Amino acid sequence: MTKRYGDTVAVDDLSFAVQPGVVTGFLGPNGAGKSTTMRMILGLDAPTKGTITVNDHPFAEHTHPLREVGALLEARGVHPGRSARNHLLALAATAGIGAARVDEVIDMVGLSDVAAKRVGAFSLGMGQRLGIASALLGDPDVLLLDEPVNGLDPDGVRWIRNLLRSFADEGRTVFLSSHLMSEMALTADHVIVIGRGRLLRDQSMADFIASAGATVVRVRSPEAGRLADILRPHAGSIDMVAEGVLDVGGLASDEIGIAAAGAQITLFELATQAGSLEEAYMVLTEQAVDFHTHTISDRDHQ
Amino acid sequence: MSLTTLSTPPARHRVVESQPVTVRRAIASEWVKFRTLRSSASMLAGASIGMVAIGMIVGWNTRRISPSLDPEDIVASAVLQGYYLGQLLVGALGVLFVSGEYSTGMIRSTMSAVPKRVPVLIAKFVVFVTVTSVTIIPCCVIAFVAGQGIISRSRTGFSLGDPGVLRLVLGTGTYLVCIGLIGAACGWLVRSTPGALVTYFAIILVLPGIFGNVLGNWGKDIAQYFPSEAGRSFVSSLHLPYTLSTWAGFTVLIAWVVIGLVASAFTLRQRDI
Repeated sequence: MTKRYGDTVAVDDLSFAVQPGVVTGFLGPNGAGKSTTMRMILGLDAPTKGTITVNDHPFAEHTHPLREVGALLEARGVHPGRSARNHLLALAATAGIGAARVDEVIDMVGLSDVAAKRVGAFSLGMGQRLGIASALLGDPDVLLLDEPVNGLDPDGVRWIRNLLRSFADEGRTVFLSSHLMSEMALTADHVIVIGRGRLLRDQSMADFIASAGATVVRVRSPEAGRLADILRPHAGSIDMVAEGVLDVGGLASDEIGIAAAGAQITLFELATQAGSLEEAYMVLTEQAVDFHTHTISDRDHQ
Repeated sequence: MSLTTLSTPPARHRVVESQPVTVRRAIASEWVKFRTLRSSASMLAGASIGMVAIGMIVGWNTRRISPSLDPEDIVASAVLQGYYLGQLLVGALGVLFVSGEYSTGMIRSTMSAVPKRVPVLIAKFVVFVTVTSVTIIPCCVIAFVAGQGIISRSRTGFSLGDPGVLRLVLGTGTYLVCIGLIGAACGWLVRSTPGALVTYFAIILVLPGIFGNVLGNWGKDIAQYFPSEAGRSFVSSLHLPYTLSTWAGFTVLIAWVVIGLVASAFTLRQRDI
C-alpha cells in the first residue's frame, strides 16, 4: 500500500503479512510511517493505493470490530472529561459488551482504584493502561499496539510482555511498535522494519540479529598477546579491547578453546557475544534515517 | 497494488460475548457519552434555565405597557426571547458533541469501534435531537406560561390557546433543536473546536448581520435565508420586512439541517480520521 499526504509519501508501496501465533515487532525511525500504517490497518486513514485486510476482510467490513482488533494508538483517544469506566462503557456499548467485562479489563490493567476518576487527571502510565484496557475489551484476535510500554512502570512493562506472550501462545496475532530495542528483543519473535515508508526487513528476530554479523567471541586470558598471535592466521578479526581481553571474530568459541589448550594458554573467560537487536537495527537504518543527527553538525561546518 | 494482511488465527474459545455493531448500539454508546460529560449537562441546563428565567424577566418588565417598550417586547413571542441565549448554548452543545471527539482524539477510539463511521453520525443525530427536544421544547412551554402568568396579573396577555401561539412556542423549541444540529454539522465539517465554534457563530450571528445591514437591499434578500433569519419567521410574532413567510422560513431552516448532515456524512466517509 501507499499513502501520500500532499507531496509527502508517508508509506511507499509497503507490503507485508503479520502472522498469528507470534509477536511481531514493528520497527523504524521516527517518521518512517509506522503510526500511519497502523491507522490504515484500522481504516482510520485510507491508503492512496493498495488494500489492507484483517482476517481476510478490510477492517471496516467486520461486524464485530472490537473482537477482531484491539488497538492502542500512540496518540491518546480518550475524552479527558469522562471517567475511565464510562469511556470503556461507551466503547463496550457499540458491541453490546456488558459492564462485567468492562470491570474485568479495568481490573486486569490495575485501574480499579481510579476507574471513577476523570481521565484528564491520569498520568501517562495510567492513560496507557486505559488504552490497553480498551484494546482488550472485545477479547480480540489481533492486538495492534503502538508504543504500548510508553510511560509504564517496570511492573507494567513486565505485565504487558507476559500478556503479549500469552496472546501469541493462544494463536492470536500481536503486532506492536516500540522504540525500546531491549524491550522489543525480549518480546518479539518476528520483526518488520521500515524506513522512509519502505519495507527494509521482514524476518525472524534471530535471523535479523544474526544478519548484522556482529557475533564475536570474548576471550580473557593472562597471555592474550600470545593467543592473538596463534589465532591471527585463522580469525576474521581480533581486537584487543582491554589489557588481557580479546574480541575474536570469525572463529567459534570451540575452535578458540582448542587452540588455547593446544598452546597451553590459560583462559579466564570464553563467551560468545551475540549481536543485539539495537546493533542490527542501527546498521540497517543508518542509510534510511530521515532526520539524521549528522545534519546539525554538517550545518555547523558550513 | 500490494496487499497487507493480518492473517486469520485458528478458532479459539471466546470468553467475551459481543454483538454486531448496529445503529441501535451506536445510539446506546452515544447516549453513554452524552450523559457522562458534565459539560453537556451544564450547557443544556443553562439553555433551559435561561429560557424560563428570561421569559419571567420579560414578563415582569412588560406587565405594564408603556410607550418606551419595544414592539418586540409586547407581542406573544416576547416571553420567548430567551432563545437568543438558547441558540448560543444549544449551538455550542451541538458543536462540542462532535468537535470534542476530534479535539480529544476520542474519534479514533469511536471510529475503531464503529469503522463504518456513518452509524456514529446517525447515532449522534438521534441522541442530540431526543435529548434537546425533551428538555428545550417543554422549557419553551414553561417559559411562555410563566412569563404570561406574570403579565396576566397586571394586564391581558396571551395564552397557549390563542391563534398561532402554540405553533410559536413549539416552533421556538424546534428552532433551537435545528440550530443545534447546524452546530453539530459545523463540528463534523470543521472538526477543530475553535474553528467549528467560529463557523457556527459566523453563520448564526455575524454573516446575517453583515448581509442584512451593510450591503443594501440585495444583502437583505440574502440575509433572510440564513438559519437564524429563516427561524425568525416562525419564532417571532412580529413580521418584519425582508423576512420569509412562516412555512417558507421553516423549510429553509430544515434545508440547512439536511444539507449540513448530508455534507457531514459525505465528508466523514471520504476523509481520513
